[in-house]
Amino acid sequence: MEYIILILAGILFATAIYNLLQKQLLRIIIGTVLLSHGAHLVILTMGKLKRGQPPILDDAVTDYTDPLPQALILTSIVISFGITSLLLVLAYRTAQENKTDNIEEMRGEPNE
Amino acid sequence: MSNLTILPIIIPMLAGIIVAFTNSRVKITRALTKLLTIISLVVAMIVTYSVFTDGTIILETGDWVAPYGIILVADKLSILLILTTNIIATAAVFYAPHSLTLKQETHYFYTFYFMLIAGVSGAFLTGDLFNLFVFFEVLLMASYALIVLGGDRVQLRESIKYVLINLFSSMLFVTAVALLYGAVGTINMAQIAERVAEVEQDGILTTIAVLLFFVFGTKAALFPLYYWLPRPYIVPNPVVSALFGALLTKVGIYSILRVFSLIFVHRMEITHEAFIWIAGLSMLFGVIGALSTNNIKLIISYNIIPAIGFIIMGIGIFNQDALSGSIYYLIHDMIIKSALFLLVGVIAYVAGTSDLTKMKGLIHHYPVIGWLLFISAFILAGIPPFSGFIGKLLLLKGAVTADEIVITIIALLSSLLILYSVMKIFIRGFWGEKDDTKNYTKKASLGLILPIAGLLAVSVFLGVGAEFVYPSIEGIAEYLLDPQIYIDSVLKE
Repeated sequence: MEYIILILAGILFATAIYNLLQKQLLRIIIGTVLLSHGAHLVILTMGKLKRGQPPILDDAVTDYTDPLPQALILTSIVISFGITSLLLVLAYRTAQENKTDNIEEMRGEPNE
Repeated sequence: MSNLTILPIIIPMLAGIIVAFTNSRVKITRALTKLLTIISLVVAMIVTYSVFTDGTIILETGDWVAPYGIILVADKLSILLILTTNIIATAAVFYAPHSLTLKQETHYFYTFYFMLIAGVSGAFLTGDLFNLFVFFEVLLMASYALIVLGGDRVQLRESIKYVLINLFSSMLFVTAVALLYGAVGTINMAQIAERVAEVEQDGILTTIAVLLFFVFGTKAALFPLYYWLPRPYIVPNPVVSALFGALLTKVGIYSILRVFSLIFVHRMEITHEAFIWIAGLSMLFGVIGALSTNNIKLIISYNIIPAIGFIIMGIGIFNQDALSGSIYYLIHDMIIKSALFLLVGVIAYVAGTSDLTKMKGLIHHYPVIGWLLFISAFILAGIPPFSGFIGKLLLLKGAVTADEIVITIIALLSSLLILYSVMKIFIRGFWGEKDDTKNYTKKASLGLILPIAGLLAVSVFLGVGAEFVYPSIEGIAEYLLDPQIYIDSVLKE
C-alpha cells in the first residue's frame, strides 16, 4: 500500500514539474497545487498507512496509529490552500496589469 | 521564567492584530507601532540578558515534554539574532512613515510588518523542524503581502516569480521533513540529532541533508540558486527591501547553520566540503552581478549574495575561528544591509532616479547622505576597524588554519570588489561637478536619516567594541561545535 501511494506521489511530482515549466501562468499555478498534493501524500505515507488502531503511546500497546503525520498534513494543507488562493489573485492582477499571462514576456527592462 | 521565550513571537503577533484595528487612523497607528516595536526591542534585550546570564531557556508549550510537544529554544545564537532583528525592525519602523505613501500605510503595512517580525523570531526560536517550516510560511506570507504592497505593474510581475520560487522550495521542505520523519521517526531537532548520531548518518540521511540544504539554499540565495533574488528585492519600498535584505535570506542561512551544526555533522567530507565551493562561487557570481549594473538598488541587492557566501564559508570550514567569524559576519551583515537598503532608498528618492549614469555631484547638495554612504561602504567591505573586518578576519583565520587557501584568495578578492561596487555609487553619483541642469529640491528629512545613522552607529560599535562583543560570539561558536550541549539542554538527560 505504501509503495502505491509513493508512486502516486512521484507521478504527482512529475506532472507538477511539467506544469511548472510551462509558460502560461495558470498552468504554473496548477503545477504548484499538484506539487503540494504530492508532498502531502509523502507526509501521510511516512506515518505508515494503518487503520483502526488508536493513537496511543504506551509500552503496553504494540499496535497503534501514528497521529503526528495527520497533524502535519493538516497544517500543510491549510498553508498551501492559503498560498494557492493568494497566488490566484496575484496572477489575475498581474495578467491584468501586464496585459499578458505568458511568463516569458515578464522579464522587465533595465532601470525601470 | 521559561515563558520569556515566547515573548519575541507573541508580542509582534499581538501588535500586528492591534494595529490592524486602528488602521484607518494613520497617526494613531504610527505612534502605536513605534511604541510596540520599542516594547518588543526592550523585551528582546531582557530575554537576551537572561539567556546570557542563566543559559538556554526552553519552553515546552502546553507542558508537553520535549520530544513529544512543540518546543521553543532560546539559546545564545537564536536570541542574539532576535535582538539584531528587533534593532533593525526599530530602525525600519521609524523610517517607514517618511518613505511609504499614505495608501501603502493604510493598506495594512504595519500589520504585515509585525507578522514578518513574528515569523522571523519564530523561525529563530523553534526547536522543531516542522515548526521551522510553519514559521517560514508565516514570514513568507507576510513578505508576499509586503512585496506587492502598492500594486505597481513591476511589483506584481516580480512578486509572482518570488512567490513561485518560495512556494516550490517550501513544498520541497515539507517533503524533506516528511522523509526525515520516515527515516528517524521524530521532528524534534535535538532528538533527530541524537538518532542521526546513533546511525552515524547513513546514505539516506545524507541525501535528506542535501535536500534540506537545497531548500535552505534557495531561501538564502546561494549559488546557483540565487537567480530569483536581486530583482524582486528592489521593486518594493526601501523599508520593505531593507527588511527583506536583512532578515529573509538570513533566516535561510540560520537554518543551514543550525541544521548543519547540530544534526548533519557526521559526513563533513560530503556536505561541508561542498559548502566551501558553493561559498566561493556565491562570492564571485554575486560580486560580478553587483559590478555589472548601474542601478544603485540592484548593486546593493546583488551584494547580499557574496555576504551569504562569506557566512556559508565559515559553516563549511567548521572550526572555532571560522564559526565565530560566520556568526559575527551574520550579525554585521544583517545590520549593514538594512542600513544600505534604506540609504539607497533615500538616494533614489532625492536624485529622482536609481540609474547611476544619470546622477553626479550629489555631494554638493546632500553631504550627509554622501558621507553616510562612504562609511557604510567601508563597513560593508570590512575596512578596519569596522565590524566587517572582524568577521572577515576570523573567517580568514579559520580558513588558513584549515589549509583552505583557494577560498581565502577568493574571499579577499571579492571583498575588494565589494568595496569597489559600493564605492562606485559614491564615485559616480556623489563626486564630480555640481550638476546645475537639475534642481534637487527634494529634502531628505531627519526622519529618513536618523534611523540609518542609528544602524550605522550599532555597526560601528560592533567593530570598535569588538573586544566587548567577541567573547560572547566565541562562546556561541564553541557551543555550536558541541551539539551534545543543545541535545542535553532540550531532552534534559
